[in-house]
Amino acid sequence: MQTELWNDAAGGFHPASAPDFLPAERLKEVQLRRLRAVVSRAYEHVPLFRERLDARGLTPEAIGELADIAKLPFTIKTDLRDTYPFGLFASPMGDIVRLHASSGTTGKPIVVGYTREDVDVWAEVMARTFAACGLHRGDIVQNAFGYGLFTGGLGAHYGAEALGATVIPVSGGNTERQLMVLRDFGVSALCCTPSYFVHLIERAKEAGVDLKGLPLRVGVFGAEPWSDAMRAHIEANTALKAYDIYGLSEITGPGVASECAAQNGLHVFEDHFYPEIIDPETGASLPDGAEGELVLTTLSKKAMPMIRYRTRDITRIITAPCACGRTLRRIERIGRRSDDMIIIRGVNVFPSQVEAALLQVEGALPHYRIILTRKSGLDQMAVEVEVTPEVFSDKVGALEAVRARLAQAIEQICGIRVDLRLVEPRTIERSEGKAKRVIDQRNI
Amino acid sequence: MKLQQLSLFLENRPGRLGAPLESIAAAGINLMTLSLADTAQFGILRLIVREWELARQVLEHAGWVVNLTEVVAVDVLDRPGGLAEALKVLESAGLNIEYLYAFSLRRGDKAILIFRFDDPDQAIVVLKAAGLHVVDAEELFSHIAVGEGAAEAMNANEGE
Ligand SMILES: [Zn+2]
Repeated sequence: MQTELWNDAAGGFHPASAPDFLPAERLKEVQLRRLRAVVSRAYEHVPLFRERLDARGLTPEAIGELADIAKLPFTIKTDLRDTYPFGLFASPMGDIVRLHASSGTTGKPIVVGYTREDVDVWAEVMARTFAACGLHRGDIVQNAFGYGLFTGGLGAHYGAEALGATVIPVSGGNTERQLMVLRDFGVSALCCTPSYFVHLIERAKEAGVDLKGLPLRVGVFGAEPWSDAMRAHIEANTALKAYDIYGLSEITGPGVASECAAQNGLHVFEDHFYPEIIDPETGASLPDGAEGELVLTTLSKKAMPMIRYRTRDITRIITAPCACGRTLRRIERIGRRSDDMIIIRGVNVFPSQVEAALLQVEGALPHYRIILTRKSGLDQMAVEVEVTPEVFSDKVGALEAVRARLAQAIEQICGIRVDLRLVEPRTIERSEGKAKRVIDQRNI
Repeated sequence: MKLQQLSLFLENRPGRLGAPLESIAAAGINLMTLSLADTAQFGILRLIVREWELARQVLEHAGWVVNLTEVVAVDVLDRPGGLAEALKVLESAGLNIEYLYAFSLRRGDKAILIFRFDDPDQAIVVLKAAGLHVVDAEELFSHIAVGEGAAEAMNANEGE
């Protein structure tokens, strides 16, 4: 513990990180006190929540200990849509200093609000995130998360500033400018979506920018699930350590959980965000260690308290002590979202499985996308994979063999036969934010 | 004695062949010959050009995945049986031909066979010992004036 705390090149432990190391008993006290306060606040100010408690014959007094949280009703994504835009706010507009919104692929977006205090807590947890990833004052952070309604850009920005680092608010997109900043500004840390960084690696190669020769030593990646193999690919092509961070707008944005130097699970900032795991089918609480859907309760949120929000993310809670000394429980890296699940001919398939298969065959992750169609009532899954110099051959037979191996690996891992198509390089759209890996043309 | 052949990956859909050829034409590169091997799903375009380094650069810059392979050119009389004779030599030497394509020169009575071998160096020894004429790059390109070449190409022996 001492090593992590004091082994910091900039002169030590950042005070913002203190809550990461609270003794477990003390942490539980804080959690219980905050849980009772937030439940009371929601009951008092959010009609939907009050109605649901009333319907169950519950009052905030029902919370006597932390485990009582399981008595409370869940909040789900459609609750935010149904009360669009401000129906779940617990603060008057005069106290709200910020609004963000999700772009929303279907229907109305989800709107979230923050009071001054909420913005401060958000900056604090993002500062703790960056500190856990080994950043400190003196680091130059290229923030390539999108600025705007998306929470990524501003969340990371405020956090890096709170830490005392230098922030370059370059925002998402404009790859040439990203490379220019990366090369010329002495950038030591970069944050963006992992798929965008893979794209940057590719473009840096083409532009002759040697990423390994730059001072860049930390990558802070989030906003979409990514695999360990993708991390290996990123770390092999750069001199940086790639960290996974986790968050969602409904809870605060980025800053809900972060990896530490151990790169083995993400510490949940559970003094602010209380994690539970439930069975996604029955809603029953599952013990630590069991895999299920992550449910989060905002313990300190003022403008928009979220009580038992169902994230749709599948993970498990790790209680074993971490090598870094943080006492915060960890969640396993989220490889899949129950929202991402594709059900095809009765088989559940996750894009991360397809990714694992492609990596297994090619050694590095090629650009790919999944296309779902329906032919005479039968679902078909096609996977388009861009040809890379590593697998390309002048011999038809060799290329056919690559195609067969890819199709076979996917069939083996996903249990479903796919139509594998090799496509020309750069024909699959590159994401500047979250990668869109699945095109569903089934019109279900 | 060996020639550098550029190969690139194409999807098998209409119009894909034009783009790479336009790229190299725009760079003023002289195309000697080409061969297209295709399956229902994709195609592999193989090119022999004089300025192969430049062509490779131009194609890669335009986003193509380019593969560089050494091939061997042999000239035979452009008459029935010319190809068969050459093949007989290779067969009896037990050399594995991955694929080959041929084109005729517009001037003269020679056809050029382009061979892709597993082991081009050994193949050259065998071809020469059999009295066949292996054409090197300098000689091959001297045959051709600018704008000529790119004659009928054919494929044989595809798919090991
Ligand atoms: Zn740790």
